[in-house]
Amino acid sequence: MVYEMTVCSTVNGDQVELHCDARQSLLEVLRETLGLTGTKEGCNSGNCGACSVILDGVLVNACLVLAVEVEGRIVSTIEGIEQSQGLHPLQRAFLEHAALQCGFCTPGVIVAAKALLDHNPMPTEREVRYWLAGNLCRCTGYDKIVRAVLAAADLMDLSRAQVPMAAEWLPSQGRTDERDRN
Amino acid sequence: MNGTETESGAPKQQQTPRQAYRIIGKRPIRHDGYDKVTGRAQFGADVRPPETLYGAILRSPHAHARIIAIDTKAARALPGVKALVTARDLPRASGENPDLRHTRNNILAKAKVLYHGHALAAVAATSLHIAQEALTMIEVDYELLSPLLDVREFLKDDARQLGDDLRTDETSYNKQAATNITGHVQHKRGDPVQGFAEAAVIVEREFTTPNVHQGYLEPQSATAHYHPDGQLTIWCSNQSHFDVRSQVSEILQIPISDIRVVPMEIGGGFGGKYLVYLEPVAALLSKKSGCRPVKMIMSRADVFMGTGPAAGAYIRVKMGADARGLVTAAEAYLLYEAGAFPGSSVASGAGTLFAPYRIENLQIDGYGVLVNKPNTFDYRGSTAAIAVAAAEQVVDELSEKLQMDPLAFRALNGVKEGDCQPAGSAYPRIGYLETVEAARNHPHYTAPLEGPNRGRGVASAVFGSWDGGTSSAMARVNTDGTVDLAMGSIDLSGTRTSVAMQLAEALGIPVANVKPFVADTDSVDYTDGSYGSRTTVMTGWTAYELGRDLRNRLIQHAAKLWRVSSAEIAFADGYFSTGELRMTLKELAAHLEETGELVVSTATVSSKGLAPGSAVHIVDVEVDPETGKVDILRYTALQDVGKAIHPSYVEGQMQGAVAQGVGWALTEEYIYDDGGHLLNANFLDYRIPTCADLPMIETVILEVPNPAHPFGARGAGEIPILPPIAAIANAIYQAIGLRLGELPMSPRRVLDLLIEQDQEDDGYPESR
Repeated sequence: MVYEMTVCSTVNGDQVELHCDARQSLLEVLRETLGLTGTKEGCNSGNCGACSVILDGVLVNACLVLAVEVEGRIVSTIEGIEQSQGLHPLQRAFLEHAALQCGFCTPGVIVAAKALLDHNPMPTEREVRYWLAGNLCRCTGYDKIVRAVLAAADLMDLSRAQVPMAAEWLPSQGRTDERDRN
Repeated sequence: MNGTETESGAPKQQQTPRQAYRIIGKRPIRHDGYDKVTGRAQFGADVRPPETLYGAILRSPHAHARIIAIDTKAARALPGVKALVTARDLPRASGENPDLRHTRNNILAKAKVLYHGHALAAVAATSLHIAQEALTMIEVDYELLSPLLDVREFLKDDARQLGDDLRTDETSYNKQAATNITGHVQHKRGDPVQGFAEAAVIVEREFTTPNVHQGYLEPQSATAHYHPDGQLTIWCSNQSHFDVRSQVSEILQIPISDIRVVPMEIGGGFGGKYLVYLEPVAALLSKKSGCRPVKMIMSRADVFMGTGPAAGAYIRVKMGADARGLVTAAEAYLLYEAGAFPGSSVASGAGTLFAPYRIENLQIDGYGVLVNKPNTFDYRGSTAAIAVAAAEQVVDELSEKLQMDPLAFRALNGVKEGDCQPAGSAYPRIGYLETVEAARNHPHYTAPLEGPNRGRGVASAVFGSWDGGTSSAMARVNTDGTVDLAMGSIDLSGTRTSVAMQLAEALGIPVANVKPFVADTDSVDYTDGSYGSRTTVMTGWTAYELGRDLRNRLIQHAAKLWRVSSAEIAFADGYFSTGELRMTLKELAAHLEETGELVVSTATVSSKGLAPGSAVHIVDVEVDPETGKVDILRYTALQDVGKAIHPSYVEGQMQGAVAQGVGWALTEEYIYDDGGHLLNANFLDYRIPTCADLPMIETVILEVPNPAHPFGARGAGEIPILPPIAAIANAIYQAIGLRLGELPMSPRRVLDLLIEQDQEDDGYPESR
């Protein structure tokens, strides 16, 4: 039996009304119905974190949330992390520190890290590691990921102190900066 | 330009130690970075052409059974189901190579299912949920057979034969009777019997290891569209889209020219993603559905059950040394699981396990053996890690008996240029001794390590001798001074940028002005897959050749512009010049339309230039005596990479491989019941390291240039997975005085040993 329902929600700041089957997960609906394929399926059972999204300010695995549960609630995915003035400090730090290799876990890790920094702006290395333990990565060994999150925390601390943004942090459409980044 | 070449353009054979490159050795941000951190990068599962159907695979619940009948009538009748296929829908093979015969049987079982999870039917429907429901309506009549699960059963005289039609016809083995041995590789030289007779100290140990999975986060996926005119388009995430094309061509009997394989971004491979599993099935379903695109994505359980894990193995190693500590003889016996079909990775283990040591008297025998488990496949170094783990633990024990420091032992016996590899050929210039020396001098090696149940271990490896395969690429100068670079190499971790850097260096332009992309099989010439540590080295060399050719073509354009002969034009420091006149490439490019013709070049580089790397790892561990849990306190990985094109990427390869080694050593294993059913096909019960399980991983990059490569680079991606297992095992021995002969060294196993009352004196448990 198929139970069709209509769900009204806010996704990445946009009002959304969508039709879904009661048995569909939020992950499936984000990807298939809304076309937001940035959130990934790694295991579909809540063990890998590749589908991490933020629901009413709380970090969740979208594969463990039914689509119908987001009625009237606020959903934030990787596509919504970018800011109006360019990449989020986490995204910039991940690029600077080469904190990604294949990039598949990266959306989930960045969303999870954002949820951490939203409520704990200056975490220790240990706090970062335990917070991210729900986000599996097979490529990096986590070293550069942890460094990038700590660096992003520093960046965000600076911007809270009203330090003017240097030109190189403006969105550059993926072009590399020629300056030596050693 | 900049000292990388003589004026005639030939690469210098011996780079100066501190080569002043403009781009090589720097850390530019990757060209695909923006898309990867914003979720816009398109991986295999993200593609969805119009009218896509969703496919799902029916897998065997039994480890070994004959298929008597498959009743698909009810499944076909379910509304929404558009196609259903079994092995009967595969075209008859004709003169097919034997490897593909087994791939055919693996993707859709013919007469028998040979492992728990073996695919036997597939359905395409308008939604994934309908497809999955249809699977439950397929009725299969099985005749159960008892499974063979342990390679050591082959050692018994009355071993049952699994492969009805298998005759071992590989390498040196030519038996006419039915057999479970799928191949035999042997390396032999000198007189091991005499060598052991001369030894003052001998160590012989056995090891058993389970299956482990490569563990890539992205499950396999494929979308296929069979067009009514006979053209087939496949979108996939695979380490080798050219291999996909040729395998699909042979299996489905479609000409290669009718197949276009489009490479999507790929979420990890590690050697496990260059076979086809879904691609031919999706293509068949597409054809049968009336030529609609069919998308198939494996579930995580499918990935564990149905794709090639690394072989489990039984390994026996024996080494002897004289009183001075020089190795006099070595022997190894390796039984690697081939899994359900012939073909194992044992040759890599056999060729690697003694690689760091000068040994005159040597015999290595490696066998692949059939078992009722998934068809094994490569894992980062072709599963040489378990063979290296065995040898490096024996070396550790040998050093201890000789009362020698383990790195001093390696310095004494270590290989250099001209010495013999296990398989017999001579080493080119390598940096093993330099790496050992660097490890001895590293602060980690002599740092105090205090406290109970703490220990430090080391291990080493030399790896990377094969001819490197073939890479092709095409580059085109645009009028705005940018250069498009189309390559055939799949980008697993940033190689489109490390390759672009090599083109940029050769052309004297900023790397931001190179626009690299991975082209489909119609748009670039044949390129071998991204495996074997080849990509940055071989495809980078191709880019270097493109750079040289483009430079020559641009010189001709400048000659026309300035009305001089080409010989009067020099190119240095990014400038074309003659007399007083000079222009950058960008300025010259603006005139291209005037001087006529595109500036475009293609290049293919083949079978040269790959050379071995060397690695030494140091690890400190702490063992919890109450739980058996092993914590990694500190890890240092040292590696000779020849030349680090992009140091962040080299560091990342080392750190990622170390993490995989830690998992292989401590927590990862396939768990089967007696019936051959895989019990832990999920990421909860198959435990890979998390962020909380590891410390920062310090990396030390050595650069002993590879004389055969324009920038001196060596393959770097696989070797760092080879030392961790033994380094950790050796550290555990220092911590608690026990050596486990089994992997993983999980809390349960360590704890069992700790509380066991009757241990043998040399620290080894009684055999279980």
